[in-house]
Amino acid sequence: MSYNMLMEKKDNLLEIKNLTVEAAGKTILKDIVISVPKGEVVILFGPNGSGKSTLIKAIMGFSGYNITAGEIIFAGRRINDLPMEERVRMGLGLIYQHPPKIRGVKLQQIAQFLSKDKKAIKELSNELSLGDHLSRDINLDFSGGEMKRSELFQIILQDPQFLLSDEPESGVDLENISIMGSVLNKYLQKEGKAALIITHTGYILDYIKAKRGCVMIGGKLWCVGNPKEMFAEIRKSGYEKCKECHEPQRIE
Amino acid sequence: MSPRELNNFNQDDAEVIASAGIDLKEEKRSASFLQQDREAKFSRSLIAGVEILRIEDALAKFPEAKEYYGSAFKSLGRDYPQDTEGGYFIRVKKGRTVELPIQACLFLKAQGFKQKVHNLIIIEEGAKVYLITGCSAAKSADEGFHLGISEFFIHKGGYLNFTMIHSWKEDTSVKPMSIALVEEGATFVSNYVCLRPVRNITMYPTAVLQGEGGRASFNSLMLSHPGSLQDIGSRVILRAKNTQAEIIARAVSLGGKVISRGHLKAENKEIKAHLECRGLILSEKGTIHAIPEMESDFRDVNMSHEAAIGKINKEEIEYLTSRGFTQAQAQSIIVRGFMDVDVLALPELLRKEIVSIEENTLRGAF
Repeated sequence: MSYNMLMEKKDNLLEIKNLTVEAAGKTILKDIVISVPKGEVVILFGPNGSGKSTLIKAIMGFSGYNITAGEIIFAGRRINDLPMEERVRMGLGLIYQHPPKIRGVKLQQIAQFLSKDKKAIKELSNELSLGDHLSRDINLDFSGGEMKRSELFQIILQDPQFLLSDEPESGVDLENISIMGSVLNKYLQKEGKAALIITHTGYILDYIKAKRGCVMIGGKLWCVGNPKEMFAEIRKSGYEKCKECHEPQRIE
Repeated sequence: MSPRELNNFNQDDAEVIASAGIDLKEEKRSASFLQQDREAKFSRSLIAGVEILRIEDALAKFPEAKEYYGSAFKSLGRDYPQDTEGGYFIRVKKGRTVELPIQACLFLKAQGFKQKVHNLIIIEEGAKVYLITGCSAAKSADEGFHLGISEFFIHKGGYLNFTMIHSWKEDTSVKPMSIALVEEGATFVSNYVCLRPVRNITMYPTAVLQGEGGRASFNSLMLSHPGSLQDIGSRVILRAKNTQAEIIARAVSLGGKVISRGHLKAENKEIKAHLECRGLILSEKGTIHAIPEMESDFRDVNMSHEAAIGKINKEEIEYLTSRGFTQAQAQSIIVRGFMDVDVLALPELLRKEIVSIEENTLRGAF
């Protein structure tokens, strides 16, 4: 598929064109091409340090990630130089892998900023077993699983059109994964939502419907395919196999 | 001023006084005292078992008041200024639990006035009380000065929760001098809040835990405006066995200088003490200097401290920005969170009041 054809495709919510990203003076991502239409979830696999989190951070607009070439187009607009708050207003949202602890700032404060619906806050916090956490300083002395549930809780209230998620399930015990998975799936099933989700453990694949998966190795996208099949293959043979069977990909 | 006239200040003065936590309507207070410059204008107790009066009147009326007067300073071999005018005497009788706070206000009104007061606070055996003192300066009180000597005597099993709110002006100089003597099984909690501009504050209150099982905690929230110097510390001498102390300070510099001192001194074994100072510097011109000290001659003690100073973590700002807050909102939320009223140990009623004072004072401050 040529770029012209890609750009003509009207329902692409996110389009990444030949993106090269530098962090701390080092090139992390090289010539990434990927697009995600409305209603689709794309899964991103890859070994540690391959650049998955960098991609998500560059899309979100974190400081310290410099785009040296290429474009990020969201909802038809080039967002390369937009501040994060503007990107959030346009409908991007992020589930953090390692959210910071903020002393004195309560989860409740953020929840009430994200939603005026007190009943929804209460119900969702109960569903995610976070009732007691609302009055606590955000992420301070939260367990790994509690942080992840709190991240999901906030993002559901935030209700972005496009979800970026960095290992939503890591550190979560199996019992809570099914609760989180069903909450996340219900959200992704809503009209017009799309997502790019990083997973290591693959557990989340049991709960959400994703048509495409791709593998990032060394700052490049390699394989693309059915995520469940890909994950089974990765578990069996590791990531090096992915390199053998494909050239770097443009995931369109 | 008759009791009815406590609420008889002009609007500007009333606002300044209220910003220091004083309830001029006395709706939620059990006793009140107010001194403007050198004149004690008002003192009244609304409940039995609580005495509140001018220090001069107390010294004339109660022979035992003379014995208390100056004795805390003498017990530490320290001098104190003798040229004071006014101050309050508060005594809570044995076994009394006073639910609503007692309030005392020291107010600077005249231009250039040097207010020097000496206060005595006596909590008799087993009594429990909340005391809030609000110190403030009217708009007219240019170049004001306040010296406040306070001696606290918390007798066996007594409990005093003392909250002091400073609400000064950018050209006020302030020098409180306090000593608390804490007897067996008694507790002294000191909460200190200073959010408005001031020129200079120097204070280093000391609590002496002289009876077994005594406890003291000092909790402070300080905001430092450009051009100010706040040299503020807390010291606890753990003189008796099994005593406990905690010092917690939070300082935010908007451009001024804060010296945050803390001193824990173990003079007996089986004591437990912790000191914590956190500072946030929001302006390149700001300075925070934390000086935590711990001393012990004994092995069998449990003493610790932590101190951290820095600017706002960019990660925290970005986290809130990723949730849809603007950068400015994110900074404000983080600073307010840092200055969390829950750092203080307050009863619910005062907590609500101080949250609202903090919101009013911090609105637009950064």
